[in-house]
Amino acid sequence: MHSASAIIKGKYLDSVKLMLISKQMRLQSGVTDAVAIMATPENLAILQATGMNLRGFDAADPVDICIGVIAESDVIASRVVDLAEEWIVTGIPGDSDRALKESATANKVRNIDSALKIMPEANLALISVAGKYAVREARRALLKGLHVMLFSDNVGIEEEKELKELALSRGLLMMGADCGTAIINGVPLAFANQVRRGNIGIVSAAGTGLQEVACIIHNKGCGISQAFGTGGRDGKKAIGGLMLMACLQYLISDEGTKVIVLISKVPDPEIIDKIWEVSATTNKPVVVNLLVPFNPPAPANVHPAPTLTQAAVLACRLASGDQSSWGSWSGLSNDIYPNRKLITLPQEPKRIHLRALYSGGTLCYEAQVIYHQKMGDYAWSNAPLEPSCRVGGLAETEGDVILDLGGDEFTVGRLHPMIDYALRVKAIEDIAKREDIGIILLDVVLGFGSHPAPQEELAPVISKVVAGHGIVVICTVVGTDADPQNRPEVIATLKASGAIVTDSNAEACEIALSVLNTLRRS
Amino acid sequence: MAFKNLKDSDIQVINIGLKSFAGTLRTMNTPVVDVDWQPPATADLKALAVLDHHQEKIDRANERVLEIIQNGKPLLIGLDIARNVIPGMHENMILHAGPPVTWDRMCGTMKGAVIGALLYEGKGRTKEEAESLAAGGAFEFVPCHEHDGVGPMAGIISPSMPVFILQNQTYGNYAFCTQNEGLGKVLRYGAFQPEVIAKLKWMEQVLYPCLDRAIRSLRGIDIGHLITQALQMGDEVHNRNRAGTSLLFRQLAPALIRTMQEAEDTAKVLEFINGNDHFLLNLSMPAAKAILDAAKGIEHSSIVLTMARNGTDFGIRLAGTGDDWFTGKAMIPDALYFPGYSKADANPDIGDSAITETAGWGGFAIAAAPAIVQFIGGKASDAMRYTLSMYEICAGESGRYQIPALDFRGTPLGIDVRKVIDNNLTPFIDTGVAHKDPGIGQIGAGVVQAPMEPFNLAMRGLADRLLLE
Repeated sequence: MHSASAIIKGKYLDSVKLMLISKQMRLQSGVTDAVAIMATPENLAILQATGMNLRGFDAADPVDICIGVIAESDVIASRVVDLAEEWIVTGIPGDSDRALKESATANKVRNIDSALKIMPEANLALISVAGKYAVREARRALLKGLHVMLFSDNVGIEEEKELKELALSRGLLMMGADCGTAIINGVPLAFANQVRRGNIGIVSAAGTGLQEVACIIHNKGCGISQAFGTGGRDGKKAIGGLMLMACLQYLISDEGTKVIVLISKVPDPEIIDKIWEVSATTNKPVVVNLLVPFNPPAPANVHPAPTLTQAAVLACRLASGDQSSWGSWSGLSNDIYPNRKLITLPQEPKRIHLRALYSGGTLCYEAQVIYHQKMGDYAWSNAPLEPSCRVGGLAETEGDVILDLGGDEFTVGRLHPMIDYALRVKAIEDIAKREDIGIILLDVVLGFGSHPAPQEELAPVISKVVAGHGIVVICTVVGTDADPQNRPEVIATLKASGAIVTDSNAEACEIALSVLNTLRRS
Repeated sequence: MAFKNLKDSDIQVINIGLKSFAGTLRTMNTPVVDVDWQPPATADLKALAVLDHHQEKIDRANERVLEIIQNGKPLLIGLDIARNVIPGMHENMILHAGPPVTWDRMCGTMKGAVIGALLYEGKGRTKEEAESLAAGGAFEFVPCHEHDGVGPMAGIISPSMPVFILQNQTYGNYAFCTQNEGLGKVLRYGAFQPEVIAKLKWMEQVLYPCLDRAIRSLRGIDIGHLITQALQMGDEVHNRNRAGTSLLFRQLAPALIRTMQEAEDTAKVLEFINGNDHFLLNLSMPAAKAILDAAKGIEHSSIVLTMARNGTDFGIRLAGTGDDWFTGKAMIPDALYFPGYSKADANPDIGDSAITETAGWGGFAIAAAPAIVQFIGGKASDAMRYTLSMYEICAGESGRYQIPALDFRGTPLGIDVRKVIDNNLTPFIDTGVAHKDPGIGQIGAGVVQAPMEPFNLAMRGLADRLLLE
């Protein structure tokens, strides 16, 4: 192994810029791994864990950028370090991010105060700076009377609670921390999909859960009044469901909302009780998905939905007043379900295991829940339902594995897998090389912020593993025809490459598990 | 639960962080302002939290400081010999620019000027004698700023030197500064040859009494008013003083004639002022000092009242941290060099003249001085950008000093150390560049951005005081 490294003192670039540079570094020929990253203690600890903590990084301050390259030769490694240093100063050649260059000549707006001078009517701050700074910015925004969507993670739970209390005392929304998606007054924020406006209101403590439900609602012909994200921890005891409750109450009193969908990964029992209590104050139907099956108590207007798909479909039925049978609503990818038995199974006898490579955390979680229900056992995961079933990386594990590639251990110095498919493409190639995996399950999340044409990344490698090894590849596409990607083309290209494509995660899981059962029986 | 302004208004977004999020909103035709965010320039998030916690208290103190600065009325009332008027001045005291510095840490420019001042005072006959006296501890080296004074470049004030006396008419406090020597071989750039000393003697024996009589006969000259006009005539009163010097000349000329004793002396005085475009600098500096010092000691305030350099260190003081200096390494300016010189010859940044920026002039008002934009890239739009960026680190805008090109917007006023840290942006300072070796003089002019370290330390200093309460 040959490596080279450098430290650039006192230079700041946002993490996305650095991740783009890291990606470009990895693309250079002869490079095994590469990173350009701010030398915060957190980042250094992660680099340590991933074997990228190169010589000299310990001397870096948190305001410095660390560059490290592992390559086939010292010459390549140091050349790529030099390239990275150049890109950090001048930008990546051909980088279309004009904003950066323009800001060098235009007068910069450096803070909320100056932004408010330019836009006095601003009413929402979308904050995505590093977590340790994000709380200050969020507090300032709230004190200025702005609603806040806090995309940043690595925010302390106590701080999140304080921010939410401050927000509610001023009648403001405080979405997050770690809120990746929301649709407010029809405007998609951060990683969100373009969905029709309508009379279904969503409040969700689960990011891709919100996206999945909103997209299915749109694809079923219905629409969204508001889709609030609360951040994944809102349902925990420490936060007490503050924003879940506030948004639920808002949707109850909102005239434009006829049906409410509430999504949260199993909240604290006390908070569940509060949800019933608040739900009982309205006649509006409240569809609830806690990602696991549950039995709702008294309020007749509470409709339990075991899966995100069912939550969306149920909400559409209630919103449109359609009394037709469940079946006509739930038959999602009609061309797939009836033909399930026609799926070509892998011929290699040892290929009897499942490998799911998710980019959406909620979808990964839901897949594990469905797996547990159908198989009676727990799947391995880096974000497991059952703590004893934790696995670390991609390579070593035997058995059925359902991974969240958006987890921290996979995103150090890399863009999120919804944007950068390189890690998944590599994982699929590696799967073909081993003999035990017969089914690959993937989510392809469309919408703003995601990869502009994911099919171009996936189709070549999918056709290779389908044609070459008979591996069954199942993709669930989360998105709408109004999204910036060309959804019909995404689906058509993936199908042409040999993948089975669904537009519901639950359905993709059902198919995967029934194939798995078939393989195990035979 | 009703969320404020949510239902009835379209959303308008302030984006702080990932640029792509703003791009998405633009494609949706949603109004968005994209903040060019930088992390605060400190690793000391605890101190930052203390200042956040006391925000209202600090804001109130800063309002008070700003009010005092706005009210400042600097009047030139005359001249006198330093030892007669500068509080605490004594025979063995040498005042210098910047924060405190000992002889062994002094840069070449300052050492040269100290040697020159000792020769001028008759404390040694040769360079070597003066040097060994200075090194021997016989003299007390003290910042001008600690004795109500300011000095350009080396900023040396010795007991026999004549000084301008300015008084803030609103608050009564005084500020002192030497007379400007002109360009070429001069003491403030570290030169101490016989002609340098001879000129200082002429300034003491001829220039000073003539000017003093003329100024007193006018019952003072309103320097604040003069600077207001100069800013509208292409000066920023730090690196460009041509208009202001001319205005001063017009006021002085008849008074010099009326109070003259020797026609030839008077003619030489007029020639000297006319021939020195920077004559006003030694009045704009004490004017700034008189304005700012009135706000000294307003507790809890995070406003900077002093920025000064001694060629080794860059130091600042805050209204709310008493007499404490917070220092960092002085930087080498980005400059245009005179033919034959380069950055390798340059002395690190030196002089009390950054007091003009502290008062909202100089680099802060460079948009008012298109004639010197070659120092910052050559375009008037560059100058506008420099000035506009300084509003981001200031608590307010001047009600009196204005920039025509910005539709007579008031100059950026009251550097708030919190904003410097938050915006990761330190003040821009116009400056001359001295040769690093004594005796050579000025080799260029340009701009320098203040180092971050003193601001970081000042923030911590203020936080420490707040914690002790």
